[in-house]
Amino acid sequence: MAKGKYDLRVYPGFRAITLLCLVILYSPLIVVMAYSFNASPSITNWEGLSLRWYADVFTGPESAKFKAAARNSFVIALIAATVATAIATLSATAILRGGKFRLRTVSFGLISLPLMVPEIVTAVATLIFFNAIGFDRGLLTILLAHITFCIPFAYLPISARMQGIEATYEQAAMDLYATKRQAFTRVLLPLMAPGIVSGFILAFIVSLDDFIITNFVKGAGVETLPTAIFGAVKQGIKPNIMAISTMLLGVSVVMVTLSWLISRKDRKT
Amino acid sequence: MAGGAATGGSSTSDTYAEARTWLLLPAWVTLGILVLAPVAIMLVYSFLTKEFRGGVIWEFSLGAYDQFFCNRGLFGDEPCSIEWTYIQIFWRSIWQAGAATLLSLAIGFPTAYFIATRPPRQRTLWVFLVTIPYWVNLLIRTVSMKFLLRDEGPLNDFLTGTGLLSEPLAIVNTNFAVQLGLFYSYLPFMVLPIYAAVERYNFALSEAASDLYAPRWTVLRRILLPSVKPGIIAGCILVFVPSLGSFLAPDLLGGARNFMIGSLIEEQFKGNAGNWPFGAAASMILLTMVLIILLIFARQQAKAEG
Repeated sequence: MAKGKYDLRVYPGFRAITLLCLVILYSPLIVVMAYSFNASPSITNWEGLSLRWYADVFTGPESAKFKAAARNSFVIALIAATVATAIATLSATAILRGGKFRLRTVSFGLISLPLMVPEIVTAVATLIFFNAIGFDRGLLTILLAHITFCIPFAYLPISARMQGIEATYEQAAMDLYATKRQAFTRVLLPLMAPGIVSGFILAFIVSLDDFIITNFVKGAGVETLPTAIFGAVKQGIKPNIMAISTMLLGVSVVMVTLSWLISRKDRKT
Repeated sequence: MAGGAATGGSSTSDTYAEARTWLLLPAWVTLGILVLAPVAIMLVYSFLTKEFRGGVIWEFSLGAYDQFFCNRGLFGDEPCSIEWTYIQIFWRSIWQAGAATLLSLAIGFPTAYFIATRPPRQRTLWVFLVTIPYWVNLLIRTVSMKFLLRDEGPLNDFLTGTGLLSEPLAIVNTNFAVQLGLFYSYLPFMVLPIYAAVERYNFALSEAASDLYAPRWTVLRRILLPSVKPGIIAGCILVFVPSLGSFLAPDLLGGARNFMIGSLIEEQFKGNAGNWPFGAAASMILLTMVLIILLIFARQQAKAEG
């Protein structure tokens, strides 16, 4: 590859814009992380490093509220991601291993629907739906809504992985007298594992992060971390909120990195 | 891009053909009950009579759409003249989403191009760096942006402290803050499709043009850009559509003057307005706009693929 002045691929300024892009993307997060360690109760002045706001989150006056919200968030994310991953795995098997059939494209469209409908519209529609059938809003309504919008996020890495697996593996298993069920559980599923784990992780993060839909379908008094943070932020950005945000941010970044490492290792083998 | 994931690929088979109905049933049931049915019921609600402070009375009414489009004077008894309030909110949303899309394109295209021209082993790392913030809670990102930009915030401290500016910049509660927030929300959607398109681009075409004495920027404009156009259009749609109905960026960064569709809808259900049919009608209008945009896009993609 030609390098230097005459390299046609290089446009002056593009590297600088890329770096600027990264600065814009990361500086707000880094600033909030830094200020979560600020000793001062004011969000403007810097008075040295301290963990007092982290202590405040766990033992302060609002700690009970935050703990309940965190428990709701994680329980919902765990169940929603598990169910969505199971549904997505079955759907991907039908769409990629079920031959050609008339409802194939329609099914794929239906699965990607939550990605295309604006979130606020899904939120309104779900709220109205629960209201119309007389379903009381609470944890269960949040869970049902989360399962729904997690399905496409789980589906994408799973189907990407399944496309990379030759159908000959299952055929070989069945030539050796495996039943279809055995070919699925003993051959296809283990080969799919990295895709399924990635899909689960993405669904988990998306559920953990959702604010708009949760805010609509949650019952009075039921909070998840994002709705609790939003409620608190309406009164002004406080240092303990920055501490919670930093922890939640850490969870997301760790999980995404995990998902990325799994899929990268997967690509190499 | 998405259609390829469903239909393309060498490793499809019909191994589980007879089980496919059962395999798809959970997805059909879940999405049918929790997406399709709710949208249908929302359409019905938009034609019902409002109950004060939330909910509906089951009585047919065009009131919601009438309120949206018709101005009937202070006492509501005049003939219909066009009501501009809500059309203006929609128009502002389109404008804001458009500006955010252009901003994302201006920064996202060079970024995507730069990443796609890195050595192959480095590319995934760069893509990863650009996408990490997307996976951080949108609420936290938006709040962080507000924290950074506010009048006494770190950015203004830096600018005034170093003497670059004598007065702090008042960015929060402006249109620009909302655009910046939307850019921050959806940038990876711009970068990823453009990156995929540039990665597939055959640079021999650029070399041929250059050998025929086309200057560098002419090569970009006349050869590269037309080749990666589908990626650019996909990126623009993927940023524009979610920006249009966004709620957090205008709510937290825009303030009361920069009201967008998302806030208008939210106010009908969570806020003081409490007019469910009107909120349902506004949601239907937004959904229709989005579906029209996606349909035009899908038809263009189909045409481009032949």
